[in-house]
Amino acid sequence: MVKGLNSLDRKLVRDLWHIRGQVVAIAFVIACGVATVVMALGTLHSLQETRDAYYERYHFAHVFASVKRAPLSLQNDISDIPGVARAETRIVHGVVLDIDGMEEPARGMLVSLPHSPGIHLNELILLRGRLPNPAEPDEVVVHEAFVNAHQFELGDSFSANMNERRRELRIVGVALSPEHIYVIGPGDLVPDNRRYGIFWMGRKALEAAFNLKGAFNEVSLTLTPDASEAAVISDLDRLIDPYGGIGAIGRDDQVSYAFLKSEMDQQATIASVMPPIFLGVAAFLLNLVISRLVQTEREQIGLLKAFGYANSAVGAHYLKFVSLIVLIGVLIGWLLGVWLGRGMTILYAEFFRFPFLYYIIKPSVFAIGALVSIAAATLGTLVAVGKAAKLPPAVAMTPPPPTSYRGSFAERLGVSLSLTQPTRMIIRHIFRWPMRAFLTVVGISFAGALLVVTLFFLDSLDEMTNIFFFESERQDMAISLTDIRADRAILEARQLPGVLRSEGLRHVSVRLRHGPLVERTSVTGIDRSSDLKRLLNVDKREVSIPPRGLMLTDKLANLLDVSEGDNLQVEFLEGRRPVVNVPVTRIVKQYIGMAAYMDRSALNRILKEGPVINALNLQTESTSEGALFEALKETPSMLGLMSKKSALQSFYDIVRRNIDTTIIAYIAFASVISVGVIYNAARISLSERARELASLRVLGFTKGEVAYILAGELALLTWAALPLSAFFGYQLSAFMVAQFDTDLFRLPFYIHPSTYGYSAIVVMVSAFVSGAIVVRRVANLDLISVLKTRE
Amino acid sequence: MTEALNVQTSPSLPAFKTVGLTKVYETEAGDVHALRGVDVELFQHEIVVMLGPSGSGKSTFLNILGGLDRPTSGHVFFKNDELTGFDDRSLTNFRRNHVGFVFQFYNLIPSLTARENVELVTEISADPLDPADALALVGMEHRLDHFPAELSGGEQQRVAVARAVAKRPDVLLCDEPTGALDSKTGVSVLEAIEQVNQELSTTTVLITHNAGIASMADRTISFADGQIHSIVANPHKTRARELIW
Repeated sequence: MVKGLNSLDRKLVRDLWHIRGQVVAIAFVIACGVATVVMALGTLHSLQETRDAYYERYHFAHVFASVKRAPLSLQNDISDIPGVARAETRIVHGVVLDIDGMEEPARGMLVSLPHSPGIHLNELILLRGRLPNPAEPDEVVVHEAFVNAHQFELGDSFSANMNERRRELRIVGVALSPEHIYVIGPGDLVPDNRRYGIFWMGRKALEAAFNLKGAFNEVSLTLTPDASEAAVISDLDRLIDPYGGIGAIGRDDQVSYAFLKSEMDQQATIASVMPPIFLGVAAFLLNLVISRLVQTEREQIGLLKAFGYANSAVGAHYLKFVSLIVLIGVLIGWLLGVWLGRGMTILYAEFFRFPFLYYIIKPSVFAIGALVSIAAATLGTLVAVGKAAKLPPAVAMTPPPPTSYRGSFAERLGVSLSLTQPTRMIIRHIFRWPMRAFLTVVGISFAGALLVVTLFFLDSLDEMTNIFFFESERQDMAISLTDIRADRAILEARQLPGVLRSEGLRHVSVRLRHGPLVERTSVTGIDRSSDLKRLLNVDKREVSIPPRGLMLTDKLANLLDVSEGDNLQVEFLEGRRPVVNVPVTRIVKQYIGMAAYMDRSALNRILKEGPVINALNLQTESTSEGALFEALKETPSMLGLMSKKSALQSFYDIVRRNIDTTIIAYIAFASVISVGVIYNAARISLSERARELASLRVLGFTKGEVAYILAGELALLTWAALPLSAFFGYQLSAFMVAQFDTDLFRLPFYIHPSTYGYSAIVVMVSAFVSGAIVVRRVANLDLISVLKTRE
Repeated sequence: MTEALNVQTSPSLPAFKTVGLTKVYETEAGDVHALRGVDVELFQHEIVVMLGPSGSGKSTFLNILGGLDRPTSGHVFFKNDELTGFDDRSLTNFRRNHVGFVFQFYNLIPSLTARENVELVTEISADPLDPADALALVGMEHRLDHFPAELSGGEQQRVAVARAVAKRPDVLLCDEPTGALDSKTGVSVLEAIEQVNQELSTTTVLITHNAGIASMADRTISFADGQIHSIVANPHKTRARELIW
């Protein structure tokens, strides 16, 4: 293998082989950095490409709007809006389902299919079976996620409560749609494919079922390339206003699009935050190794120069050395990244429903990974390589003077330390190269910090789950209704089997305006006596609803640039659609979303609809759950049902499983860093002190006593790194909290004490393992050669 | 050579006794016979100088006596114990309790001062000298708190001697202790070794290339080609201070 190279290159290969353990350790740290880049950017690009191709091929609309009921003739007016390429109307309605073998009711969204075949917006991808026969009003095409969750076959049927009528729907086809890449029920936090599904039926069947003959309640638009979305939305809103329009939305507000986008943003964040940590550590390690190598090869360098090798040739030699290690790391990183990225993309495919999946990694991603690593490594070793290149031959050929030590800082201060000599050796060695010791400590603490920040995500998520499900939303079941009901419904709900307490809520879609700033959201009317739903701020303190005026989350307030006391123009998009000025009386910091709250009676007063609700929170007895579910299945006005038990379960099934996988990967990465740093530090310490340690063996020190000097230094540095890793982990977590502060949610900044403990344990185990590998070599120290040779 | 064998009637008791000591190194180029059946006794309290060209086997012999290496065959006895029957741990204890080493390149621990280098050994010994006394024995009492980098070669070697003898070893093994020093400094180190031998009655084995040093020894053993070539007794020892080379 070594033949055919020039002698300098042969030296290179042999030197690399000689320190192969360190080469592998560094290469793996680099590989982790490269792998995170390739994985995150690869996943990001794959999702992007897949999504874009999907959207284009199946004509995903640009703008969506719902109305109560609008005549079909309105469609022509909508098509005439400047900038609209194509407009299509349809009927969309919620439905409560009764599935055999399932105690609780499932819910779904019924969507009408166009009359005519041909190209349509939001086109279905029929995976199996066929479209419903127009003559058979009970035939239905079902979204694949729901079919899979229930293991339905074509021809199976289930019962649906459509507008107070119980119907048996028969599955004739299984499909996907670009509108529902991410399937999540209204009010749900995570997808639950067993309890929520999308169903497509013939338009006639739905017209008949919901009394919408000659009418529609939803319209989708595509825009011409030069159109302004905002302008079209405002024109469209004007047209649909009289028909109960609740405000058109662009893709950004479309649920499936928004979730997909937020996931992609996360990948982008990972790609920008993680690799610098790895590459920084790798650069440090390379610097450590190369400096040491130059030090031990002084005489060889001098010899080379004496033979006439130029400074540049010597510099190039060591750069080549670095590059080869980086190259090994990059290659491993590419492979690891492709493998992890594929796994990640497949994992995503479980919750994002694509008919096809492009797993592509752009060549530029590989190039970025490689270039960034090479840049980091070169920067990290520039000084050491430069030193080698500039070493004057005469100086280089004389051995370095013996290392001069001094008493440690404390000793010089006159503190007399009753330490054994081996302990003194450890401390003086650390203080002899304080920068190196410091960087080693920093390197180890980065590994710890990475663990802290990784586990912090779990803590944060747990904290969020706790706050949301157990402190804020304390109901056992949350029901959203298709329409407003008088307050009497609260009392009626209490009559249902097993219901201990019921409270009413009123959600209204609104457009909030402050000067030129507009946000479309909804206002939630809550009773001041509400106990099941409590509004909490980020300190987990309960915030009471002001008797008048609006309470906004700080996110929303920032977007609208309002502070307490300012007036907001509120355009209600339901009922009589009043437009009123309402003062902002309180701003509250919350974890989830951009919400606006009002006292329910104040809200109802503005809407002039009397005391009404459109959502219910129930506290129930778990023993009579079955009977309650049976009753709810007969409640067609129920649009959504969130049972806390099943929400939590699907949360843990889906979200946690996904996150756990990621976390295992990062724990592995962090372990690689700690082993990389500690192993290298120990290895270098060993090679520097081999003679010293062997002398001790000759003097009669046992292997254990000699190993103590090496292991003790490692232990001391690791121990010093632990508090620092907690500190860095804390800072990095705070940074992450800031990075993940999106419109949808913000992360609670909460680190459970055990997170620091686990991180410390992983770091200590890594230290122990790498220490053990090195200490094992103490046994093989050549006692005889130290008697003879100098260095 | 024949007359040398008569010296076995020495009045002293043997510290070391070797029987048929053989050492073979296996290399790619074939076996190298470093020792080819060495039978010898080294007596308590004597100074033995070992001479011989490079590769004659004297260092291998010394390493085996010091428990750093094992013979391929043959036996080594230290007083009543057979070293060749010792396991690793026992050999370490043997070195720890009975042997002092002085190396050609001093092998001081650079991060420890002169005194601390000596303490390194006294901390693990049962009945050591006071480190300061050990250093005074070799004339280093004025440089107790200097680090090796602050000492000259001769001074470093004298610290190494002090470190070797501070445990009151039964034997002091020195491999080319003056090899890296000029003659004046070398003599100061030999004086230190001589001083220790007289005051502590330590059996001293000294390897050197320098035949001039032989005149300070009780006996001189010459090695050649892995065997003992001659053993010469020296009834009229020269003081180290009077050595010249």
